[in-house]
Amino acid sequence: MRLTINKIVLLLSTISALIGLAFLGWILVTLIAKGLTSFHLSLFFKDLIDGGLRNLIIGQFIIAGIASLIGIPIGMLAGIYLQEYGRGKYVRFIRDLSDIMMSAPSIVIGAFVYAIVVAPFGGTSGFAGSIALAIMMIPIVINTTDNMLSLVPRELREAGIALGASKYRVILDIIIKAAKVGIMTGLLLSFARIIGETAPLLFTSETSNYFSLDLTEAFPSLTVSIYNLANDPVQSSRDLAWAASFILTVMVLMINLIGRYITRHKG
Amino acid sequence: MPIMSIEDFSFTYASAQARSLNTINLPIMKNSITALIGPSGCGKSTLLRSLNRIHDLYPGNEYEGKLMLLNEGTGEMENILDIKKENEFISLRQRVGMIFQKPTPFPMSIFDNVAYGLRIAGIKNKTELADRVEIALKGSALFGEVSDRLNKSAMGLSGGQQQRLCIARAVALKPELLLFDEPTSALDPISTAAIEELIVELKKDVSIAIVTHNMQQASRISDYTAFMYLGDLIEYDETEKIFLNPKEKRTEDYITGRFG
Repeated sequence: MRLTINKIVLLLSTISALIGLAFLGWILVTLIAKGLTSFHLSLFFKDLIDGGLRNLIIGQFIIAGIASLIGIPIGMLAGIYLQEYGRGKYVRFIRDLSDIMMSAPSIVIGAFVYAIVVAPFGGTSGFAGSIALAIMMIPIVINTTDNMLSLVPRELREAGIALGASKYRVILDIIIKAAKVGIMTGLLLSFARIIGETAPLLFTSETSNYFSLDLTEAFPSLTVSIYNLANDPVQSSRDLAWAASFILTVMVLMINLIGRYITRHKG
Repeated sequence: MPIMSIEDFSFTYASAQARSLNTINLPIMKNSITALIGPSGCGKSTLLRSLNRIHDLYPGNEYEGKLMLLNEGTGEMENILDIKKENEFISLRQRVGMIFQKPTPFPMSIFDNVAYGLRIAGIKNKTELADRVEIALKGSALFGEVSDRLNKSAMGLSGGQQQRLCIARAVALKPELLLFDEPTSALDPISTAAIEELIVELKKDVSIAIVTHNMQQASRISDYTAFMYLGDLIEYDETEKIFLNPKEKRTEDYITGRFG
């Protein structure tokens, strides 16, 4: 009897795993098939207005890069506070809040930034997009920093203090160094997480067909353009959307792989 | 002559209802090794960790009584429990060093590990730093093994080497008192022997207090032994007397292995 149940559970979980993997494979195969047929190296050298993706890729990186410049320092400092300075109930409250923020629907974050940045300052802008992504990023960075610092043994902090160092010196010189690899990986993964986002950008940065470095205007975004192109009645636009999706997936995959590589080889 | 005199000292942890140490009176003699022994939870580590006030890292702990440390400049005894300012803490910890149970090398080069405390103390001159690092490494019997890789990460050293590095790091600051908190309990017998030899060697220049679970270790290296039990100091005397002719029944029971 027990053996039969054992076999049934094994069978069910294997089937479930296969279904999951099958969908993942299906997505990748479709993406590669449809993406590669429309893929061409010239896509990297022409802007969307000329049928390429150059401005969108650069724009996406700039928005996500500026979001990181805002989100990483805030998130890291908050994480350091939680792990090294904060005490008691207060800390648990902030941790819970940060966890909830991490699962906040990204479209809601987009709507929020629309209300506090886009509407009052008269229109969509690259900067508004960066703020939306930064808000998404902060709880992830807080969580990573908090977790990685918690892995540093207490004795290392005490050893620093016992040599006459003050607490902030110990944190800067020793603790962060000890947690460096984990934090770096976490930051890369959080970057990978935001660079593929569409919803927070939809009504904050929007997108643009032209190359632009002006963050006060609507800003070229790969993901938002994929959304637009996919809804376009013209077939060539939809093909371009497939190519863009393919490139985006490869980019995110690469960042993830680099993150994993760092953990494995430097950790 | 005592370098430190523990007087009516009591200690209560922030989260605890009761005292962990109960009116302890104990001298730490100069240029000698004082061993603190006793079963787990007797308060020996708590006492040791009071002597450089490392407990202050965690808020809410309570000290009572006096911890008088000899100021070698003036010859006066000064109460380290009066310390409140940051710079006084820095100078206390330069004077009273600490070695932990597990080796705690910092994630930096061997040289930078030993230079860390010196740099904190404000020594910037490169030649002076290099000299003092070398002297400290030689004094910790490590220089010969690492002289060709001072710029390599300290994490690559063996456990015993790491522990000697931690000793070098503390010795570099020329402390007056060194506190060892079970320094060999994470090491193999050969590394343990090397550390014990080193500790005995060090007492020429520095006074030493050591917490140990290992009674053979206490009898091998220490000059004085204090036996603690449940937060009380039961007996303190020359090591030989404690081990050969203890006055207290509980001391005798512990060192003969009847409990603990």
